[in-house]
Amino acid sequence: MSVLIRIPTPLRRLSNGQEKVEVSSGSLESVIDSLEQSFPGIKGRLCDDQGALRTFVNIYIDGEDVRFLEGINTQVKDGSEISIVPAVAGGMN
Amino acid sequence: MTYVKSLVCRSCFEEYPIEPLNVCEMCFGPLEITYDYESIRKNISRESIEAGPFSVWRYDAFLPVSRENAVDIGTGFTPLTKAENLGSRLGLNNLYIKNDSVNPTFSFKDRPVTVTATKALEFGFDVLACVSTGNLMGSVAAHGAKAGMKTIVFFPENLEQSKQVSASIYGPVMVAVDGNYDQVNRLGSELADNRNWAFVNINMRPFYAEGSKTLGYEIAEQLGWKSPDNCIVPAASGELYTKIWKGLKEFSDVGLINQPSTKMFLAQPQGCSPIVSAYIADQKIVPPVIPDTLAKSLAIGNPASGPFALETISETNGAAVATPEEEIVAGIELLAETEGIFTETAGGVVVSSLKKLAENGDIGPDEVTIIFITGNGLKTQEVVTGGVKLVKTGPTFSEFEDLIGSEANF
Repeated sequence: MSVLIRIPTPLRRLSNGQEKVEVSSGSLESVIDSLEQSFPGIKGRLCDDQGALRTFVNIYIDGEDVRFLEGINTQVKDGSEISIVPAVAGGMN
Repeated sequence: MTYVKSLVCRSCFEEYPIEPLNVCEMCFGPLEITYDYESIRKNISRESIEAGPFSVWRYDAFLPVSRENAVDIGTGFTPLTKAENLGSRLGLNNLYIKNDSVNPTFSFKDRPVTVTATKALEFGFDVLACVSTGNLMGSVAAHGAKAGMKTIVFFPENLEQSKQVSASIYGPVMVAVDGNYDQVNRLGSELADNRNWAFVNINMRPFYAEGSKTLGYEIAEQLGWKSPDNCIVPAASGELYTKIWKGLKEFSDVGLINQPSTKMFLAQPQGCSPIVSAYIADQKIVPPVIPDTLAKSLAIGNPASGPFALETISETNGAAVATPEEEIVAGIELLAETEGIFTETAGGVVVSSLKKLAENGDIGPDEVTIIFITGNGLKTQEVVTGGVKLVKTGPTFSEFEDLIGSEANF
């Protein structure tokens, strides 16, 4: 009964170098809370003081941007894969 | 020599040493290069710049690498042309075109890429990579060839054929991704995390972004060391738009020009206009959209520099304008017919936006206005092939004369 989270480089110092972490399923918010229990400090990197996702943090559940779903309230099903991706862009023209 | 100091987060201002790093560990914000402006002010003058090469490298004091080891295929110092015909059509007496479609790979992308390829070699990378909506991959492949680096480029598989050809000729590994640009970008971000490649617009992004500032420097120098009243810039990620403004501000900070009062106008196609929507709704962040536009080079639904572009609009009293999709081709045709410049779809967006701004009186008739034409029309020929109208004749004089006689409008 778990979901897989891929940890990007900027957070691997907090995850003791782990690239993949498994936590219990639930809402994205609860998934982030579980992550915080294992790796204190990680939530503050992803969410602002009000608990909202930071501007430059993109989270994808099975490839879907959570901003097109229900944001931090999106339910993450068992077996889902979560990617945390910094909001870089490019390719303009 | 360079005057680089450090990398700083554009969002929370955390500082980092100069490394191939683009994301702040604290808040995921993008990193930006900082410079020792005091030393630049002391050592750099209009004369010292004017004595430099006729390329972006004349401005290397403001870049993260110096010109000595530049991977240079002749980028920059492109023409700033007074657009008398288009101007008179629109009632603008001081309209200029910054024609960046004449760069070595026919788009402004050569500016960021020449800088990044140079820095990537300095860091010791042997692979140059990118995610691209088309123009960037041609530039990366060309500079990689010049630098003797391997290149690998990722792009949405529905990309225009001519953009694919314009990259493949230089011999990169071409990866066509079944997805839109934002999905390609995400794949690239995850790859950059796990491979030792210089992704020019991902892990090398802070260096890459600096190259676009040279457009700001050039227009100021070409106007006789002055800033214009208005700039109209196409936007996808919003990076180019913010960097032209940064270039003007830096020139003023070190005393090369007076403080700019330029209004910065941002242009997007209606089918992918997340920054315009956020501007109209008076938001500080940019909610993403799914792109559906003819202007594939501007089809970024999730623009990373969106929040900074919104700041620039407000700082300069500018505005953001969306061009209806059906007016993009009309913009391309108008520029070609009046000024003899064939631009791609992004240029069509800019020209149509200019027309709208002029009609609405947002731009004064005597103000110095610059439109940025960032890519060449041959790369998006598909959108205008329907406009080819033929007059068919036999090969003899009389056949042609007969035809002329019957063609009242010829």
